[in-house]
Amino acid sequence: MLRYVSRRLIQLLGIVFVISVGSFYLIHLLPGNPAAVILGNAYNATTKAALYKQLGLNRPVIEQYFIWMGHVLHGNLGTSFISRVSVVSTIRAALPIDVELIILSQTLALLMAIPLAMVSARKPDGPVDRLLSAGSFTLLSVPPFIVIVLLVLLVSIKFGLANTGPSAYVPLATNWLANLESLSLAAITIAISSFTLYFRVLRSDLIATMQEEFITMARSKGLSRRRIMWRHAFRPSSVTLLGSASVNIGGLLAALFVVQYLLAVPGLGYELIAAINTSDYLLVQGIVFVVSVAVVIINFIFDFIINIVDPRISRE
Amino acid sequence: MAHPHVEPPEEKEPLGFLFWICVGWIGLNLVGAIFANVLPLQNPLYQNYTSINVGPSLHHLLGTDDIGRDIFSRVVYGSRISITAGIGAMIIGFGVGAPLGMLTAYRRGRFDTMVTTVMYALLAFPGIVATIAVLSFWVPRDLFKIIVVIGVASIPIIYRIIRAATLSVASRDFVVAAKVQGASDRRILFKELLPNVAPILISFLLIGVATVVTIEGALAFLGLSVNPPTPSWGNMINEARTVMAQNPWLVIFPSVALCLFLLSLNYIGDRLRTHFDVAEVKL
Repeated sequence: MLRYVSRRLIQLLGIVFVISVGSFYLIHLLPGNPAAVILGNAYNATTKAALYKQLGLNRPVIEQYFIWMGHVLHGNLGTSFISRVSVVSTIRAALPIDVELIILSQTLALLMAIPLAMVSARKPDGPVDRLLSAGSFTLLSVPPFIVIVLLVLLVSIKFGLANTGPSAYVPLATNWLANLESLSLAAITIAISSFTLYFRVLRSDLIATMQEEFITMARSKGLSRRRIMWRHAFRPSSVTLLGSASVNIGGLLAALFVVQYLLAVPGLGYELIAAINTSDYLLVQGIVFVVSVAVVIINFIFDFIINIVDPRISRE
Repeated sequence: MAHPHVEPPEEKEPLGFLFWICVGWIGLNLVGAIFANVLPLQNPLYQNYTSINVGPSLHHLLGTDDIGRDIFSRVVYGSRISITAGIGAMIIGFGVGAPLGMLTAYRRGRFDTMVTTVMYALLAFPGIVATIAVLSFWVPRDLFKIIVVIGVASIPIIYRIIRAATLSVASRDFVVAAKVQGASDRRILFKELLPNVAPILISFLLIGVATVVTIEGALAFLGLSVNPPTPSWGNMINEARTVMAQNPWLVIFPSVALCLFLLSLNYIGDRLRTHFDVAEVKL
């Protein structure tokens, strides 16, 4: 177990290194002429040289990278040209909102997916299963941005529920009920797309597990179907679920961006889009770096949890 | 003389009626997209200020938007952008990712380790973040750039999927048998591996197109898709948000067009997968 963890940790550090190089070199990796976009009207050879100097890009490459990495490890991602606020403080303000959204939406999705998948797996291709599978398949085809638009249309405009429309975000510290209300539409939208994935994955895995011999053994001992489902079948089947949760949360970023931007919820996604719109390169670079590292860390944590759930994995 | 025992062909699950309806719907969309110029449609850019926010009628099949443009023709012209983006990006992604995946899975060795490490490192960057970052600084924006960015961003994922599929096929007995018989690498690749990887490939190709169409829509919401007044499903829905209360049709029709297209693609991909009896490839 320890060897497995340390091996993965080394991999993690390797990937973080690659990400840091990529983020650092971002301006050179972007096609076109990003310097012109950043400087806007003030672009000419002199200002471009000044910009590069400010970004530390005028020295030999390796030296630049280590200087930058040194800054980063001290928690300094630079100060934005546009807003004059340090990048780290912007990110620190925005990150908890993302975390809250992820927790809310994934809890919702799992609360619905796990019981429904179990019901489906009990009688595969039965009427309930067909209904649920068809429903989840349909939901799969409705992209999050459409869901959110329709939800806003229904809930905020037609029904007029308070605190749910765009720009209605209330921080948790101020008023927890209003906070939940303001995040509800966003959480529901993300929960829906996560739900479709979790439901399908868990259902197919449960069906496969239910056919294994140890389940027949449990049945012949006289255990009830429900107990078998929860106590015996769920644990091995949850491996794929956790795996897809890990991949999903990484991919959630896309849905998070759109949803946050549309509802003006000031999370990282919103800040990133705003930064892009104002060509705020340092903030973009900082968010790209932080988000990428966060995804890698989340994958690592999930791998660790998967290993606890199904120890066979680390023995391979 | 004993007759050799011939196994009856396996019963393949029939594709079904709904499958062909979806194929027909996709075909209709394709025809609309390709022949939009020739079809008897209204001009999608012409602003007729005398008929603003009109509901569906004989003259304007799906009504008009808030500056008098015909919604139906905009939806049809809009399908061009979405479908071109989907197919174009997948050509790039599969054109590079699939051959690489098959080659490395078959050959293994140092080449495989090198390419796989690079691909997995690239995968570490959340693709959508990279796409947004690149598209926002690479101006002026046009459809070609969008296709290239999404296509290139999809290469690592496609590589991973095709490689996993080829790995599971390459370890099977008939490939070993072919090798023992002295078949050349090229023969094995084309005659043994490719026909068995093909169903997975096609299935993921269709799902990939659906995903790219969704991404184009999401990009439009961030203002990173094609510039107005060119219609695309994504930016039609985006522009309609501001007038949702007055003219809900403006949101509903492109949304329905988009969702039906995605639903059909996903369904076709799924049915093909169960028809060829392919298990979901473990990533």
